[in-house]
Amino acid sequence: MAFSFFGGVHPEENKWYTCDRPLQEYPEPDVLVIPMSQHIGAPCKPLVKKGDLVKKGQKIGDNTGLCVPVHASVSGKVKAVEAKPHTSGVTMMSVVIENDHQSTLHEDIQPRTQEQVDALTTEELISIIREAGIVGMGGASFPTHVKLSGGIGKVDTVIVNAGECEPYITADDRLCRDMPEKVISGLQIIMRIFGLKEGHIAIENNKPEAIRALKAQVGGTGVVVDVFPAMYPQGAEKQLIQAVTGKQVPSGGLPAAVGCAVFNAATCKAIHDAVYDGMPLIQRIVTVSGDILMEPKNLIVPIGTSFNDLMDACGHSENPYKVLSGGPMMGMAQYDLSVPTTKGVNAVTILGHKNRYTVKEPQCIRCGKCIEVCPMRLMPVLMYKALFTNDVNELNAVHMMDCIECGCCAYNCPAALPLVLGFRSGKQRIRDAAAAAASKKV
Amino acid sequence: MAQMKYYYELTISSSPHVHSPVTTRTIMRDVIIALLPALLGGVIFFGSRVLIVTTVSVASCVFFEWAYCKLTKRNSKTYDLSAVVTGFLLSYVCPPTIDYWMIVLGALFAIGLVKMLFGGIGRNVVNPALAGRAFMFSWPVAMSTWVKVGFDNAVTIQDNTASVLAVDGATAATPLAAMHQGLLPDVSLLDMFLGNVGGCIGETSVLLLLIGFAYLLWRKVITLRIPVAYIGTVAVLTFLFPMGQPRLLWMAYQLCGGGLMLGAIFMATDYVTSPVTAKGQIVYGIGCGLLTVLIRYFGGYNEGVSYAILIMNFTVVLLDRIGRPTKYGASAKRKEAAK
Repeated sequence: MAFSFFGGVHPEENKWYTCDRPLQEYPEPDVLVIPMSQHIGAPCKPLVKKGDLVKKGQKIGDNTGLCVPVHASVSGKVKAVEAKPHTSGVTMMSVVIENDHQSTLHEDIQPRTQEQVDALTTEELISIIREAGIVGMGGASFPTHVKLSGGIGKVDTVIVNAGECEPYITADDRLCRDMPEKVISGLQIIMRIFGLKEGHIAIENNKPEAIRALKAQVGGTGVVVDVFPAMYPQGAEKQLIQAVTGKQVPSGGLPAAVGCAVFNAATCKAIHDAVYDGMPLIQRIVTVSGDILMEPKNLIVPIGTSFNDLMDACGHSENPYKVLSGGPMMGMAQYDLSVPTTKGVNAVTILGHKNRYTVKEPQCIRCGKCIEVCPMRLMPVLMYKALFTNDVNELNAVHMMDCIECGCCAYNCPAALPLVLGFRSGKQRIRDAAAAAASKKV
Repeated sequence: MAQMKYYYELTISSSPHVHSPVTTRTIMRDVIIALLPALLGGVIFFGSRVLIVTTVSVASCVFFEWAYCKLTKRNSKTYDLSAVVTGFLLSYVCPPTIDYWMIVLGALFAIGLVKMLFGGIGRNVVNPALAGRAFMFSWPVAMSTWVKVGFDNAVTIQDNTASVLAVDGATAATPLAAMHQGLLPDVSLLDMFLGNVGGCIGETSVLLLLIGFAYLLWRKVITLRIPVAYIGTVAVLTFLFPMGQPRLLWMAYQLCGGGLMLGAIFMATDYVTSPVTAKGQIVYGIGCGLLTVLIRYFGGYNEGVSYAILIMNFTVVLLDRIGRPTKYGASAKRKEAAK
C-alpha cells in the first residue's frame, strides 16, 4: 500500500466550503422528476402512468437486461410521464411526481433484523441490491449487482473508494464522518458476497476526521483503512487499485482482471440501507458547493430534486458562470437547471465568473507538463497532435482509448489546449470507425 | 412555469472547469525575471549601452511578431511574452558594441523567418534567438569584437562598433579565444565566474546566470535534466581531454567560458525546441555538450554553444521518440500474455 500512482495534479481543494457542515436533510420539493435511466445500460420502462398515486419507495420503472429499477422518492401523484432534460445533456423519459408531503412508505419496505440478514443467501443479497436500484454512486452509475455477481470467485480485494479527490466535493467525507458504521456494514455485506475476510477503505489524508471516525469503527470487522496522500485523481478506479494493491488493471480490462472490485462509499451505505432497512435508493448525499454560494451545504436529497431547488437552498451572490453536475475536474456543465439529481450525482458545483479561463487559438508550447501529470502515463502532447490527422490508426498508436478523461493534462496545460475535449472526440472517432468496420463485415 | 424558474447565461464546456494558475504567459514572465540578473551584470561590466541594445532587440522582436500577425490578418499573440524572451536572448548573445540596425535585422530574421513563418509560438524548429545570432554572423567582425571590461572602457550609449575599434587597445580577446589555442586565459577564475571578462552581453557572469537558474528551478519552469546533462557532459569531456594544464583548472575555465551557462540554462531548455520526454531531454543535453566541446576543440571558431544547440534542435523530432512512458496497464497486459 505504500506506493501510490504516477502523475496527478493538486488543484486547489476548496473543500473547506463544506467539509465542516454536517449533513442536512433537504426538505422534499413539491415536484420531482425521476429519469428512467440513472445507470449504464438499458433505460427502464415506466410502470406508472399519468394520474397514478405512488408511495415513497414504490418501484416506478424497470426493464430486463443490464438495468436496475427506479423508485419514487416521495409519495404523491404522477403528473406526467414524458421526456425531460437530463444531466447527461440529452432528454430522457422521466416520471414527474407531484409531492403530497405525506411521505407514505410503500408497504414492501420492511426492515430486517440482524438474524434475518444473516440468513440471507448470496443470491438473495444480490437480488435485494438489484431491486433496491443500487448503482455505483461515484459518478459512473454502473449497476452494482452486475459488478457483484460478475466478481464472485474472481475478486480477492474489495476496495471502498472514499478518496474523493475532486475539489469542492465533501459528500463522502461527511458520510464517513457521520455514518461510518453504515459504510462499514455495507462493505461487510460485499465481503460476505465475495467470501472475503478483508476489505479496504481507501481515503485521502486530507480527511483526518473521517479517517478517525472510520478507524474507531473497524475493530474486529476485517476492514482496513488505507490512507493515501491527497492527489488528484486518487479516487479514479485504476489509480486507486494501483495504490492499494500495486497492480495495474490491463489496458481495456476490468478491475476484476486483477482480482479487484471498487465500490464507492455512498454505494456501501446504500447497500446497508437496502439490506437492513429494506429501503431502495431514493435519496443520496449531494455536496452543493462553489465559490459564489452564500451557504454551501451537504444535503441529503431525494432523487429527482432539480438543480434549481438545490441552488435555491444555498443562495448565490452572483449569477453563476457554470453549474456542474459533479466536481470541477470531471463534472458536466449543465445548460438547464431543471435537470434532476440522479443516483450518480455526488455534487452540484456552482462556479462564478472568476473561473472564466479561455484562450483564443491556443498553441502547444511543447513544455511536456501534460506528460508529467498523466496518471495513465500517456503522452497528451502527441495525442493532441494525432487529433489533427484523419487517420484512426494514428489515434490508436497514441493509445487514445486508454485516456480516462481525468483532466490532469488540461488542468496543467499552460497553453490551455482543449485536451480532454479533443480526446473525447478522438475516442468517439475510434468507436465510430470500429462500428463502421463492423457493419461492413456483416 | 415553475419548471424554469430562472434563466442564467450558463457556459457549457468540456471538463475540467478549473485551471492551474500556470499559463504560457506566466512561464515567459518567469523566464524574463530569471534573465534580469544577467542584464544587470551586462550593464555593470559593459556599460549603459547594453540597456539600449536589449531594449532595441526586445522592441523589434515584439514589433515584428505584431506586424507579421497584422500583415497576415491573424490574431496577434504578443501578450504571451514569448517575443520578449526572444528579444532578451537575442541581445544577450550579441557583443555590447553591436550596431542597432544589425540587431533589428537579427530580430527580423529570428521572429519573421524562424518563428512566425513556421506558425508562431510552439511551431518553430530551431531556437529563434540562436538562429538570429547565426544570421548576424553575416557581419563577423561586428559579432566578434569584444570590449575590455571595467568602467574605464564602458561603452556608452553614443558608441558604436566603429568608434570603439578606433580607440587603440580598447578591444580584447575573450577567454575562449585563448583557450582555443590551448592556453589558459590571463584572467582569474573568479573574474570568469563573476563575469568580469570580455564577451557577449548576457553570457559572461556565471554567478548571475546561476541565480536565474535557481529561480527557474524554484518556479518549476525547467527541470535539472537538460542543463545538468549539458554542463556535466562538457565538464567530463574537458576534464578527460584537457588541451591545457592543470586539467581541473582547464575544466573550470571551459565551464565558465563563453555562452555555456547561458546556453545550457536558457537556450537548450527552450520547451519548443527540446524533447518532451525525460530520457530524450537527457540525451539532448549530452548531445549539446558533446557538440560544444567538439566545436570548441576542433572548429574554426572558438565558441560552440550556439551551433551545438542549433544542430541538436534538428534532432528533437527523433529524440521525442525515445523514453516514452509505458502506459498504465501495458505491463500488466504483457504479463498476462506471457502466462
